[in-house]
Amino acid sequence: MLEVRELRRAFGGFQAVAGVTLRVSRGQVAAIIGPNGAGKTTFFNLITGHLRPDAGVVFLDGRDITGLPPHEVCRRGMGRSFQRTNIFPNLTVFQNVQAALISHRRRGLDLFSRVDGLYRDETEALLVSLGLVDRAGETSRFLSHGAQKQLELGIALASQPRLLLLDEPTAGMSASETRETIMLISRIARDRALTLLFTEHDMEVVFSIAEKITVLHQGRVIADGTPHEVRNDADVRRVYLGERR
Amino acid sequence: MSVLRRIPWALVVVAAALLVPLAGSRFYTFVATEGAILALFAVSLNLLLGYTGLVSFGHAAYFGIGAYTTGLLMKQAGVPFVLAFPAAGVLAAVGALVFGFFCVRLTTIYFAMLTLAFAQIVWAICFKWNAVTGGEQGTPDIPYPDLGWMARLPIAGDLGTSDHFYLLTVVLVAGCLWVLRRIVGSPFGRILTTIRENPERAEFIGVNVRRWQLLAFVIAGAFAGLAGGLFGIFSSGVFPDFAYWPKSSEVLIMTILGGIGYFYGPAVGAVVLLVLNQQVTSHTEYWPLILGTILIVLLFAFPGGIVGALDAAVRRARFRRA
Amino acid sequence: MPDASFLFAQVLSGLTAAMFLFLIAAGLSLIFGVLGVLNFAHGSFYMLGAYLAFQFVQWFGHDPASFWWAVVAAAAGIAVLGGFVERFLLRHLYGKDALYQLLFTYALVLVLSDAAKLLWGTQQLSVSRPAALAGSFSLFGAVFPYYSLFIVLLGPAIALAFWLVLTRTQAGRLIRAGALDREMLGALGVNVSGLYTGVFVLGSFLAGLSGALTTPVRAIVPGMDVEIIVEAFIVVVIGGLGSFWGTFLGALIYGQVLSFGILMFPRFSIFSVFALMAVVLILRPWGLLGRPTAT
Repeated sequence: MLEVRELRRAFGGFQAVAGVTLRVSRGQVAAIIGPNGAGKTTFFNLITGHLRPDAGVVFLDGRDITGLPPHEVCRRGMGRSFQRTNIFPNLTVFQNVQAALISHRRRGLDLFSRVDGLYRDETEALLVSLGLVDRAGETSRFLSHGAQKQLELGIALASQPRLLLLDEPTAGMSASETRETIMLISRIARDRALTLLFTEHDMEVVFSIAEKITVLHQGRVIADGTPHEVRNDADVRRVYLGERR
Repeated sequence: MSVLRRIPWALVVVAAALLVPLAGSRFYTFVATEGAILALFAVSLNLLLGYTGLVSFGHAAYFGIGAYTTGLLMKQAGVPFVLAFPAAGVLAAVGALVFGFFCVRLTTIYFAMLTLAFAQIVWAICFKWNAVTGGEQGTPDIPYPDLGWMARLPIAGDLGTSDHFYLLTVVLVAGCLWVLRRIVGSPFGRILTTIRENPERAEFIGVNVRRWQLLAFVIAGAFAGLAGGLFGIFSSGVFPDFAYWPKSSEVLIMTILGGIGYFYGPAVGAVVLLVLNQQVTSHTEYWPLILGTILIVLLFAFPGGIVGALDAAVRRARFRRA
Repeated sequence: MPDASFLFAQVLSGLTAAMFLFLIAAGLSLIFGVLGVLNFAHGSFYMLGAYLAFQFVQWFGHDPASFWWAVVAAAAGIAVLGGFVERFLLRHLYGKDALYQLLFTYALVLVLSDAAKLLWGTQQLSVSRPAALAGSFSLFGAVFPYYSLFIVLLGPAIALAFWLVLTRTQAGRLIRAGALDREMLGALGVNVSGLYTGVFVLGSFLAGLSGALTTPVRAIVPGMDVEIIVEAFIVVVIGGLGSFWGTFLGALIYGQVLSFGILMFPRFSIFSVFALMAVVLILRPWGLLGRPTAT
């Protein structure tokens, strides 16, 4: 589904991503981990089109998407949730998801239909699957942090992605919220046959659902394999000794 | 309380507006005409400001382009109003397309500065191109459109030309506002709000943010141009300061005074500011001082504008009653 | 073909204009760089600096040194005004949209320009050159007033002093750090609000100083606030908003453009000024020496 080859990006003199090669198969749940500053967020920004790579290629489902702007990448089937909750704060929960559907169905140039009830059924269905349908009329900035993250997931899903990128999906959550979120994400990934690629600091989360883990350190891949292989990899242990569990 | 909701307020206002000439005062008609035109101007700016989140300091450029288009076509080329009026919108839209293309590539402060620079260029062209625009003196004596047909209408038939023009203005402005209302309440309008709320997220639901910003810019410019076209006739002349930056800042203040979060907010702001201006300037020459103070009070105490403050007051009253 | 001494005179007059512009633009750029606020009222501070200098000269009498005292007092007065505005008014708008801050500074322009009219009327006022610098000298056939020479020398001197403060002192380091990353600074425990007030005061001081120094050379009239702020905008856009040497360079370039532009294209001068600004914003919005990421 996703194939990345020799991706590079430097900022000034600093090589943030220094030749990363990575493959994620269709339907897989893959994780990228690494200490702070390893280049995870930069890597994400490179494949989503927020940043231009200096070198390397990115293929999504066989098509070259290197260097395409974010809105094009999204249209080609990639969805993303952001590290800091990125929703439309003054729109209601319903409107947040509806907007994504409008864009996905290419209805954004319709200047005359009334938007209020547009795609009501699909939007509500999505909200039901997220457990947010009771809050549909609430202004989204008043939601709890956890609910906002769920909403963000909903916005990403509305574009019917085939690959979903999740940037620290459980950041800032309590243990119970984390469990709920992880269950939700796995269920949705299964139901919609999504390919998932996420980054996380919470190792419990990573090892519980990831089928494949890639470890980044200083912009390079130092390990790539099943959770078992990565857990026992000597380089990984060295890098993580002294880091958070 | 829900009875208030069901009354179609917009229609009520339009009906009331149509009755103004019957009051028999030229002054009222005069103020009402200007108020209607400026209301359209302000609401067009709000498409950019309140709905898309773009701060333009040069909206008067399109107002000026529209005014000169209609004025010059009617006076110099004898083109009838029915063509000269839409032409104002079209030419202003073209100007907005050209200028907007460059402006949307920039972020907030730079965007604002470039809109200002372009507006000043338009002003400078109007100011210097003596042969076409009449230069510094402008082009006076823009004729009224041919309103003879109105003499055959019941009730309204007996009114004077300026009253007839006023009625035409109300109808045209109401029509334009209706169109803008539909646009804002459409899927296109919804996408604009996503851009205002979070351009980064909007990109990642597949929205080409620049393209939508440019479209909003062009539509806003077109309606500003239509307002300008009417204004030129109303002022019986077109002058360079229709595009001068104080006009841009005036319309910006009107929009915020009324409330950028509400569709009709800017229209309210336009009328209020106009009336205030009339009252204050008849008593003192220090209008900028008063305006500046009002603006400061607004920014600190009433960021939601007049309509925002009213809305909040109504909500508090309802809350207490419940 | 105009003769060499005429050209030389134009260059010198361009340099003088550039130095006045540099002083005011430096303050504008500094405030934008650190606070992120584009201060429309900067031109008003310049104008009030001029009016205050006039007033102090009236009060201090005809003692030869009174001009200098008046200049310092005027600049200090404007610095105080700036501090007051930032501390009690602008500060409350930081959390809000940039639009509110912009509009606030614009509202200040309205209020201050009428305040000046109320206090000093609308006639042209002027201040005579200080005795020590009256008169002129001749260089390569061009006549050049001593006062202009003083300004042309003072500009770079202040620029150098400024640059030394920015790079060699703790305060300067804080200012530069603030321009780069405000949040980080706050997280490090620096008194960010004090820094902001300080920067605003400094910027206002420069604007007031520029206005005061201008008085022997230009008439003090209403409308000088708007005229100068537009020019200051153009200078910082050319040089790069937030870049110190960019502002200096921008002022130099613009001074010459002013000087020669009016000669070569008198019909198009107002047009060309804004066209220049538009061209820079389109092709290279971060100016000559600014940071590309800022846009």
